[in-house]
Amino acid sequence: MMNYLWAGMILLSLLAGVFLGNPEGFSSSVMDGATEATELLISVVGIICFWSGMMEIAKRSGITDYLAKLFSPVMRLLFPAVKRDSEAMRYMTLNISANLLGLGNAATPLGIEAMKALRKESPLEDTASDEMVLFVVLNTASLQLLPTTLGAYRANYGSKSPFDIMPAVWVSSIAALVAGVTVAKTFCLIKRRTPSHQRKLKKHGRYEVWI
Amino acid sequence: MDLIVPLTVTAFVLFGLVKKVRVFDAFLCGAREGLNTVYTIAPTLVGLITAVFMLRTSGAFDFLTELISPVAEFLGFPPEIVPVALLRPVSGGGSTALLVGIFEDFGPDSFVGRIVSVMAGATETTFYAVAVYFSSAGIKKIRHTLIAGLVADFTAVVFSVLTVRLFLN
Repeated sequence: MMNYLWAGMILLSLLAGVFLGNPEGFSSSVMDGATEATELLISVVGIICFWSGMMEIAKRSGITDYLAKLFSPVMRLLFPAVKRDSEAMRYMTLNISANLLGLGNAATPLGIEAMKALRKESPLEDTASDEMVLFVVLNTASLQLLPTTLGAYRANYGSKSPFDIMPAVWVSSIAALVAGVTVAKTFCLIKRRTPSHQRKLKKHGRYEVWI
Repeated sequence: MDLIVPLTVTAFVLFGLVKKVRVFDAFLCGAREGLNTVYTIAPTLVGLITAVFMLRTSGAFDFLTELISPVAEFLGFPPEIVPVALLRPVSGGGSTALLVGIFEDFGPDSFVGRIVSVMAGATETTFYAVAVYFSSAGIKKIRHTLIAGLVADFTAVVFSVLTVRLFLN
């Protein structure tokens, strides 16, 4: 996918450069672009390192676990079919709290463990269960308390207050989350009404009812 | 809002001290990981930012923006944000490259600059997340995940325009 996208971008710009004019600026843009990327990386590396350091302190002092505790009621509401103290639930809450802190490197392995644990509980073999779908949707909505890398990019291009966008980010993230969860839950409701799924539920002995 | 960053930093360090964490050691360990992150994304960004630069200087970008502007105006979006919105679920590096281009052209505190910032903060590389999580669990049929994820992304785009209008301009 990325291969075609990248090649397409280059081809398109060549065509435009030849037919739309400004060939001079265009020919220097290749070198300028590479230099710009390097300058950007060098200027943000300090901020990214600094915040990764801060987040490591947060992780070691157990902030992730506090957040997990804080979020467990919400998680129970979203995943009523997953047992409270199960492995899957523990990994899912830890994944969400790592995401909130922007610990991407920690969140992904936790999420993968959560998916594996969910699969153990599911009778559906290679088909995603309702819980798996919802959990991945939660991950795609990207709830993050402090978008530090974004702040670094904004600061580098001269933003007066790189984090003034945060309330807007939170509201938009939560709106996205609500929309994603609503779609996921609606699909589950529709599916549960179909006779073939009722039979499947009976066969596997799963009678848990979704919200 | 101005104090939020120093306050967060102080809170983290103090909390770490209370919890008897060796805060500076932890910091160094995390910072090294951060350095690693930058090292990993560097080739992607060099490749994609160069391609975006070529698109911008060649005039292709203006042409595309012109092309989508009627649709964008109909939805009430500034046309410049549409490429970022389209690329965001597919490629994190690609949308970062576009974001940086917009910062360069309009500035991060402009209306458009703020919208794309909020969009980048409120959305995730949906296709990547879906691929990583399901393939690691050996799931082949993902049912309605992609639809729900993309609806979430679209909602985030709509809200980034709305919230920037309401809160910041």
